Amino acid sequence: MNEPLVLGIETSCDETGIGIVRGHTLLADAVASSVEEHARFGGVVPEVASRAHLEAMVPTLQRACDDAGIVLSDVDAIAVTAGPGLAGALLVGVAAAKSLSIALEKPLYGVNHLAAHVAVDQLEHGALPDPCLAMLVSGGHSSLLRVDDVTTSVTPLGATIDDAAGEAFDKVARLLGLPFPGGPHIDRVAREGNSVAIDFPRGLTSRKDLERHRFDFSFSGLKTAVARWVEAREASGEPVPVADVAAAFQEAVVDVLTRKAIDAAASEGIEDILIGGGVAANSRLRFLAEERAAAKGIRVRVPRPGLCTDNGAMVAVLGSEMVARGRVPSPLDLPADSSMPVDLILR
Amino acid sequence: MLLAFDTATPHVTVALHDGDRVVAEYVSTEAMKHGEMLAPGIADVLAQVGAASRDVTAVAVGVGPGPFTGLRVGLVTARTMALALEIPVYGVCTLDILAAEAMDAGHDEFQIATDARRKEVYLASYASRQRVSGPEVVKPAVAATDSLVIGRGALLYPEAFPNAAGPEHPDAAVLCDVVVRERFELLDPDPLYLRRPDAVAAQTAKKVS
Ligand SMILES: [Zn+2]
Repeated sequence: MNEPLVLGIETSCDETGIGIVRGHTLLADAVASSVEEHARFGGVVPEVASRAHLEAMVPTLQRACDDAGIVLSDVDAIAVTAGPGLAGALLVGVAAAKSLSIALEKPLYGVNHLAAHVAVDQLEHGALPDPCLAMLVSGGHSSLLRVDDVTTSVTPLGATIDDAAGEAFDKVARLLGLPFPGGPHIDRVAREGNSVAIDFPRGLTSRKDLERHRFDFSFSGLKTAVARWVEAREASGEPVPVADVAAAFQEAVVDVLTRKAIDAAASEGIEDILIGGGVAANSRLRFLAEERAAAKGIRVRVPRPGLCTDNGAMVAVLGSEMVARGRVPSPLDLPADSSMPVDLILR
Repeated sequence: MLLAFDTATPHVTVALHDGDRVVAEYVSTEAMKHGEMLAPGIADVLAQVGAASRDVTAVAVGVGPGPFTGLRVGLVTARTMALALEIPVYGVCTLDILAAEAMDAGHDEFQIATDARRKEVYLASYASRQRVSGPEVVKPAVAATDSLVIGRGALLYPEAFPNAAGPEHPDAAVLCDVVVRERFELLDPDPLYLRRPDAVAAQTAKKVS
């Protein structure tokens, strides 16, 4: 018998993602992004994102079906990001998913966005090791999670206490006159810079901080330190060494991220780290994580960049797991939950 | 069967029409719960008459103007359902639905006003069974009039609209009638926002632990 054909809808931020999977086989991953509409604001504007999701929904559904070579009536189940994310943006995806569920008379699964970021790696690297340590880093989240079972048991170990990692990239990029979103531009510019030229602070790494926030992150102080440094340079009339600032900033972020991820894995006795979210595309993060993990005998898994950023395939594959485990589907009054806790995987 | 709904006001209203008459209705008066209540409402009207989704041959939706978040729930639901069932979808200006009900009550010349929040109303004028101006978004003081104004937006501002009357909110049963008898122009299912988005980036809106 064929594995179930599952369609996943993701609209938690600025990407309208529709993914189609059969079991762990990816058939389509269509994404429409409104990122360019947000660029001039230096961040995602919720109302602009929500409007874009409404306009992109039907064309993206059609494109995904065409790519997968299916028609909607072939679909066995619908999965959708129920949260966390931007409330108005989530609501467009959730309403679309419910409409499909009613029209096709197929079950609906409202799933957690963060768990979906973890589940997606199965499309590339097969079944998840259990347990594994997931580090999710993007413009919206920076979390360390212990994953014993991606459908039932995800335990938060730490998270950012202020800005998300990707948010810090965006803000520093803006400061340096680089375009939004900042991540790829900082990554590129930093390759020409000297990462030890400037010593930027590593948030929550002092002994006192480690007592209370061992696995938490803070990037707000770093962002401020970069801003002060750049202002001082400008005030003294000297040119700002953009590449050095980018490299030193990036190093401060990935140093803390990798150090804490490996510390968390070691303290939990976990031998596999999975990195997801948009910042996982950062080349220096990938390199440093692998180098430091290898020294501790820990394996690192990172999905390809297209599966790290927000997409519908990650939602579809988590939905497919829910179907395979016979989980009870979500009710039609499923809410969009902008602050859905990470240990609530299916609503 | 025609499935009709409107989510451009605080209410969710759903109706099912079999070609001759409205056979099932659902209304949720829980304010601003469109995302939760619309889908159960659709399931409810289908269940009331034992219909399957395949029995729906067209969808009608109120396209606003109205508060954006709720409005989009109706529009994305209608568009997606039309795609999945391969059926047509008709849009109707939400103020026209209220106007049709006002005409059925015997009114000829009047305005419709719904609540646009931010101390403004969505307003349109009707005469001789047609919309003659609007919809637009205006401050009540600017649109103040002694003549008949119908809808929640009129009742909210008695100083500007002393001659205000109900119904306050649109009724999907009337939306069915508007579509079946083409009483007003049938539109594409595109939202009537009438306002630009507030262009403020979400600084910490998606902070997640
Ligand atoms: Zn994400």
